[in-house]
Parts: sequence; C-alpha cells; structure tokens
Amino acid sequence: MTAAIHFDKVWKSYGHDVVLERIDLQVKAGEFVTVVGASGCGKTTFLRLLLGEEAPSRGHILMDGRPLPAEPGPDRGVVFQRYSVFPHMTVLGNVMAGLEFAAAPFTGRLLGRARRHARDEARDMLCAVGLEGALDKYPAELSGGMQQRLAIAQALVKRPRVLLLDEPFGALDPGIRKDMHALILDLWRRTGLTVFMITHDLKEGFYLGTRLLVFDKLRHDPHAPGAYGARITYDIPLGQTDRQVYEDIRTAIGVPESAPLSPQTPPHTEA
Amino acid sequence: MMSRGGPVRGTATGTGPDGERTRMKRLINRQPGRVGSVLLTALPFVGVLLAYGIASALRLAENPNDPLLPSLLTLGESFLRLATEENRRTGDILLWSDTAASLIRLGLGVGISALMGLIIGIVTGLIPVVHRTLSPFLVVLSMIPPLALLPILFIVFGVGELSKVMLIIFGVAPFLIRDLQQRVEQLPREQLIKAQTLGASTWQIILRVVLPQVMPRLLDATRLALGSAWLFLIAAEAIAATEGLGYRIFLVRRYLDMETILPYVVWITLLAFAFDLLLRVLTRRLFPWYRGGRAPA
Repeated sequence: MTAAIHFDKVWKSYGHDVVLERIDLQVKAGEFVTVVGASGCGKTTFLRLLLGEEAPSRGHILMDGRPLPAEPGPDRGVVFQRYSVFPHMTVLGNVMAGLEFAAAPFTGRLLGRARRHARDEARDMLCAVGLEGALDKYPAELSGGMQQRLAIAQALVKRPRVLLLDEPFGALDPGIRKDMHALILDLWRRTGLTVFMITHDLKEGFYLGTRLLVFDKLRHDPHAPGAYGARITYDIPLGQTDRQVYEDIRTAIGVPESAPLSPQTPPHTEA
Repeated sequence: MMSRGGPVRGTATGTGPDGERTRMKRLINRQPGRVGSVLLTALPFVGVLLAYGIASALRLAENPNDPLLPSLLTLGESFLRLATEENRRTGDILLWSDTAASLIRLGLGVGISALMGLIIGIVTGLIPVVHRTLSPFLVVLSMIPPLALLPILFIVFGVGELSKVMLIIFGVAPFLIRDLQQRVEQLPREQLIKAQTLGASTWQIILRVVLPQVMPRLLDATRLALGSAWLFLIAAEAIAATEGLGYRIFLVRRYLDMETILPYVVWITLLAFAFDLLLRVLTRRLFPWYRGGRAPA
C-alpha cells in the first residue's frame, strides 16, 4: 500500500542554474519526512520531482524500486498551500471527483447506485477530517483551515501511496495550525502513509516528522550564483535531537531569533 | 491649535478643533441615499429627453413639416405603427420581420463564435502542442480589421445570410478565443496538478475542471463582444440586405425619415440592453460559485 522512495544521485538544473546537487536519499515506507530550508534552496523543486511534474536532470527517483512515473498520478496525493480544491464543486463534489475520475473515464461522472456509493465513501472521508457539517458548501464559503481539511480529504480518498504536503498550513492562524497538526498526525498514524511535508516553520518540522531533512547551499560562487545547487545538509531521525543541533539548523536556514524554541519531542514513538 | 481643555464644538463655519472642515465628508465618501440614487440615475435620461423635446418644439414652431426632429409624440405614434401595421405589399409587420432577420444573424454569428471560443480557447490554453500551433496564428488573425474583410466575404460567400454571419464571426470569434485561452492559462497550476493526482485524464480535466470554470467567463466575454457583434451586423446589413434593422435605417436615410430611424435606434438599444441583462442574470443563476458567491439555499 504505502511506498518507499529512493533518490539515487539526483541532480536538477535549469539551464546553467543548478538547483539540487547530488541528492541521495532512502525513505522507508511509512516515514513522515519534514523538509525545511531557506527560501529558494530547492524545497519546492524537490517536491515537484516527487510529483513527477519535473524530471531529474541526472540520476533516478525510484518508488518501491521502480522508476517514478514521469507525470503526476493517483499514487501520489498532494496538498498545496493554496488552490488545492476546485472552486466550482461543492465540498462533497470535490471529494467525489477523485472517485468519479477512476470509475467513469468518458463522462467523469457517476450515476445511480455507483454515485450513491461514491457519495458515502466521500462523506466518510469528510467526517474523518471534521467537515461533515459543510458537505454542500462551496470552497469560497469555507475558512482557510477548512479548505485545507477538504484538500486533505480529497487527496486521501484516492488512497495514495505517498502524500506530499507543500507548506499546507503556511497560510493558517497559529491556533488553527495546531488543530491541523493533530489531524494530520492522526490520519498519518491510521493510514501508515509515507508523508513528505515541506514547511518553513522549523518548529512544525520538528514536531510533526519522524525524520527531518534540511536543504541548504553549502558552496557559493559570488561570480556565478547558479553554479552550485542545494544539498541535504542535515538528515536527522527525530525524537532524539539535542538543543545544539536545533540551534545550528536554525541559524543555517535563517529562521529569526524569536521566542526560545525547544525542540519538542514528537508525540509519536517510532516503530 | 485651540486649547485642549474643555469640550470643543464645531463652529458655525464648520471648522473642527484643528481648524479643519468637519461637516463635509470628502466627495469620494459621500454616498447617495436610496431616493437620491433613483433620481441621479434618472437624471441624464430625463435631461436628454428634455433637450430633445425643446429642440424639436423649437424647430417645429418654425416649420411644422420639418423632418429632422419629430416630436416625441410623433415618434411614439410612428413606433406603434411600425410595430403593429402590416406592410401592404408583403403582409409582414416591418419592425418584427426586421428584428427577426437581424436577431437570427446575430444569434448565429455570436453563437458560433462562442462555441469556437470555448472549444478552441480551451484546447489552445491547456494543450501545449495546440498552443504552439495556433496561438501566434490567432494573434495575427485577430489583428485583421474585420470590416476590411467584408468585400472578400461578399465575393466569396455571396450577398446572402452567410456573409453577414461570417462577418460577425470574424469580428468576435478571435476575441472570444483569446479571452478564453487566457482564462484557461490563468487557472492555478496547483489545480491541474491536483486533478492529475486524483487520476483525471486530459479529457476529464477539460470536462470537469476547465470547462465548468471557464463557462461563466464565456458568458462574460460574450456579453462584452455583443457590442461589436451589433456593429458588424448593422454594417453588413447597411451594405447588402433585403431586410433587417440595419438595412431599414440605412434604407430610409435617403428620405430623411427620422420617424423610422429614431424608434429603430431606440429599439436596437433596448434589445442590446436586454441581452446584456439576460447574460448577467444567467451567469449569476448558473454559476453561484463564481465571484465567491454562495450556494443556493
């Protein structure tokens, strides 16, 4: 069901600009990988590679030992920071869409019993994310947090093998964000999915993941800013981080000195 | 500055504690009330009617047979006659047969253009291979002044209905296609990726993601294109036709028949206004999610 991901010496460059440099990475099935890094250091490119939206310039990405498909597909679900849901469909319609695409190749719509079945499945999924009260609303009527819940339900109803989250809670208020953390951890524990989550919030990265990746450019050539790409500079199993490492990362990715953050022990224990 | 102690009241001249005017809000902040709104809306209409009435009365006082500015009453009677009396030769009622002829041309021209806009706009906006093939070509095509094509259309398609409908299509289809194409290109990348991760094929993305989202835009764009569609219709009718609203007003121009021309112009304006309203209401009814609307209760 859930998949392992292997990056084998992956490079990504656009023309002469190297974005990612020799990424080597083994992710086991069921890991919750959080990705942090300064802006413009290849986090989003990393996610686009995983989506299949971009192809590596060199190297290979393997999913369960097989090459990753070269375009986005239902085996990898995604939630973006914004625009993840369809504004012209109701909440229920948004979640049913994924089921309908698979079952009705030509019309993209289901009728009769098949439709009722899909509706029930979508409704169950929406209950799991706490949207049972908003089934017939349009996304524009939902708050930011509810829209993200919908986007998560929409992705999970397809039972993907990997879930990709691109700063999914970046635009939410701190209180709402906390609820969303609880939700995503709960869903992750229940489904056992492999999750990649990009975040610019270091604390969130430490709190949610079982493993933290830090992307950073180590080498700079001031005369050719595009000559070197970012690499994975830290790859830490979480739950056993000491304060010094945390502070090092914080300075490396340029998170401002705010209130003293202590790396929280993730609320889950590794199997 | 005035002293700070004690209550400060605006003085009779309307200056506040800092010597600023406080009574009058800025012009940009002053909203007319409900009655005021109605009055202000009616004002230019009443003004034009009044000006016309006075000018007409002045001219008619000088020469009761003056054809240029018939009185409003004469115009009303003339409109009634055009809308009710049968033509002695053909048995048709002039206004209605002209209206029917023109609206069929307009409807065909705009309808076919809208369909082209929808289909070609979506595929050029969504599919890179088609975009590469058609997009620059469409840009060039839309630069051709449609009226310059009219002689060619008459030569190629004859002076019948086809050439008039073709002129409208040449006039508005390129605009509609490019507008819809842009609309498709503006759809967030995230949505198209998301649809793919939900397993949608290109066809399903067109059918369930793109088409419903550009439909309200199509109605909007069609509404904007109607103005030029009328222009091309009347131009084509003026040059070669045997009936139609544009044909009629250009025909009777020779006799300075303002009693026919003015009611026709008002009628054309009313029709144009009605279509505009219809499309606006349709957009709101059919696509409640458009512009952040709410679901019907």
